[in-house]
Amino acid sequence: MTTFLARRLALVLPTLFFVSLLIFGLQQLLPGDPALALAGEDRDPSVVAYLQQKYHLDEPLPMRYLLWARGVLAGDLGESIRIKRPVLDLVVEKLPVTGELAAFAILIALSIGVPMGVLSAVNHGTVVDYAATMTALWGLSIPNFWLGILLILLFSVTLGLLPASGFVSRAESLSHNLATLAMPAFVLGNAIAAAMMRHTRSAMLGVLSADYVRTAGAKGLDETRVVLHHALRNALVPVITLAALDFGALLSGAVLTEQVFTIPGFGKLIVDAVFNRDYAVVQGVVLCTALAYIVLNLLADIAYVLVNPRLRG
Amino acid sequence: MTTDTLEAAREITLVRGDSPWRQAWRRLGQRPAALVGLAVILFFVGIALAAPLVSPYDPIATDWLAVRKAPSLRHLFGTDEIGRDVLSRVIWGTRASLLAGLVSVSIALALGMPLGLVSGYQGGIVDGVAMRMIDAMLAIPFLILAIALAAFLGPNLTNAMIAIGVSQMPVFARLTRAQVLAAKHEDYVEAARALGNPDRRILLRHILPNISAPILVQATLAIAAAIIAEASLSFLGLGQQPPAPSWGSMLNTAKNFLSQAPWMAVWPGLAIFSLVLSFNLLGDGLRDALDPRRG
Repeated sequence: MTTFLARRLALVLPTLFFVSLLIFGLQQLLPGDPALALAGEDRDPSVVAYLQQKYHLDEPLPMRYLLWARGVLAGDLGESIRIKRPVLDLVVEKLPVTGELAAFAILIALSIGVPMGVLSAVNHGTVVDYAATMTALWGLSIPNFWLGILLILLFSVTLGLLPASGFVSRAESLSHNLATLAMPAFVLGNAIAAAMMRHTRSAMLGVLSADYVRTAGAKGLDETRVVLHHALRNALVPVITLAALDFGALLSGAVLTEQVFTIPGFGKLIVDAVFNRDYAVVQGVVLCTALAYIVLNLLADIAYVLVNPRLRG
Repeated sequence: MTTDTLEAAREITLVRGDSPWRQAWRRLGQRPAALVGLAVILFFVGIALAAPLVSPYDPIATDWLAVRKAPSLRHLFGTDEIGRDVLSRVIWGTRASLLAGLVSVSIALALGMPLGLVSGYQGGIVDGVAMRMIDAMLAIPFLILAIALAAFLGPNLTNAMIAIGVSQMPVFARLTRAQVLAAKHEDYVEAARALGNPDRRILLRHILPNISAPILVQATLAIAAAIIAEASLSFLGLGQQPPAPSWGSMLNTAKNFLSQAPWMAVWPGLAIFSLVLSFNLLGDGLRDALDPRRG
C-alpha cells in the first residue's frame, strides 16, 4: 500500500506542475499588454501600474512563472479586479453553494442511475434493458441548460410550483432552500444519472455472470436477494469509484445550471468573471477545480485499492 | 483453367471483398438505432448545405410588426423578441453547430493523434512528459477549460472551436497512445521493422490504419460533445456572437422570454438534442459494429 501511495503521489506532482504551467500560460493568450487586459474595461492607469508591479510584467517569463507559483503556494491566487477581494476568499465563499447543489445532484443521480442500471442488467437483452439504455442515451444527449429551461417553463411559468431562479440558504429557510435547489439539482443529476446507469449496468453484467452469484442462485436463494445482496454490493465498488471521475462533468454542468437558475455558486463566479474580464478569478477558479479533481481522483484510487486486496501489491 | 481453380479464385475474391470495414458496415446496417442516427445527421447536413434555399426568411432580418409572434403558417416556429423568424434561425444555426462539431474534433485529432502516436511508440521520457501534460489537461473539467480558453482568446465562434478542440485533445492523445502500446509489439509491426522501414513509415502506414477503428468511434462521440460544448459556450455568450444565428445563443435569449414566447426556447433546444442524440446513436452503433465481441 505504501509503495502504491508513493507511486501514485509521484505521478501527482508532475501533473500539478503542468496544471500550474497551463493556468499561468492562459494569461499569455491575452492579446497585447496583459496589464491592460487584466485591468478591465476602465483601464485605470493606477490599476495598470499596480498590475504591472504585482505580476512582475517587466520580468522575463520564467521568472514571472516562478513568482506566480510562489504566490499560489502561499495561498495567493490574486485579487478580483471587479470586487477588489482576494480570489481565494471568493472561491471559499461560493464553494458551499455549489457543494450543496452537487450533493443533491449526486443523490438524485444515484437514486435514478443505480436502480436503472440494475434493472437493465438483470433484464439484459429485453425491452426493459433497451428502454433503460435508450433513456440513459437521452439523458446524455439533452443539453442541461435546455432541460433547465424546459423545467422552468413547466414548473415555474405554467404550474407556478417552484421558483424559476435564485437561491435561499438553509439557514434562512429550509423549505425555500429545497424549493430553489429542486430543479437545478435534477438538471445537474440527470446527466450524471445517465453515466451512472451505464457504469452500474456494465459492472452488474460482469458480476451477474460470476461463479459466486451463480452458486447463490443454485443454492435456491431468492433472486432479489441474490441481486441486491450478492451482486449489487460488489458491483457498486467500481461504480462509486467511477463516480469520482464524473466530478468534472458535475462541475462543468454546474457552470451552466447555475447560470440558468441564477445560483450564486462556483459556476456563476467563473462566468461573471469572464464577462467582467476578471482574469485572476478565472485562473483561480480553474486552478481550484483542477486541484479538487486531482485530489478526488487520488482518493478514489486509494479507496479502490483499499476495497480490492488483490490490487494492493 | 479447371473448375477447382475457378472455385478457389472465387473464394479468394469473396474473402478479399469481405474486408473488416465492409463487415463492420454490414453489422452497422443491422442496427436500426444507428441507422436512424445516421439518417438524422444526413438530414441536418442537407439542411446546413441548403440553408439559403430552404430558409423562408433572412435569419437576421428584424420585423418590428412581428415581434414574439406564436407559431403560425406565416412563421412555422414563431418569431423572436425582435421579429426574426425562428425557423430560419434554427436552419442557419445548423451550420454553426455542425461546423463547430467537425472543426473542433478535427483540431483535437490533429493535435492529439500525433502526440499519442509518438508518445506510445517512443515510450520513455517522451511518453512520461507527454502523459503528465495530458493528465494536467484532463484534470481541468472539459467545459471549464473551454470556457477559460475562450475567455482568454476572446469570444467568437472560431475561438470557441479552437477552445473546444484543444480541450478535447487529451482524450484522443490518451486513446491513440493506448492503441499504439497494444499494437507496437504485434507481428505485423515487428515484420515491418525487420524489413527496415523507418519509424515514421511504420507509424503512419502500418500502425495508424490498424488502430483507426476506436479513434473513429471516439471521434463520432466527440462530435456530439463538441456540439453541446459549442451550444454551451454560445449560451454563455462565448461562442457565436449576435446577430449571427446559433442554437446556444438563441436559447440564451429565449430564457428571458419564457412566459411571453416559450416557442423561442423549444426549437433550438430540440435541434441540439436531436443532432447530439443522433451522433451518440451512430457512435454507439459504430462501436458495436467495429468490435464484433460487443455485438
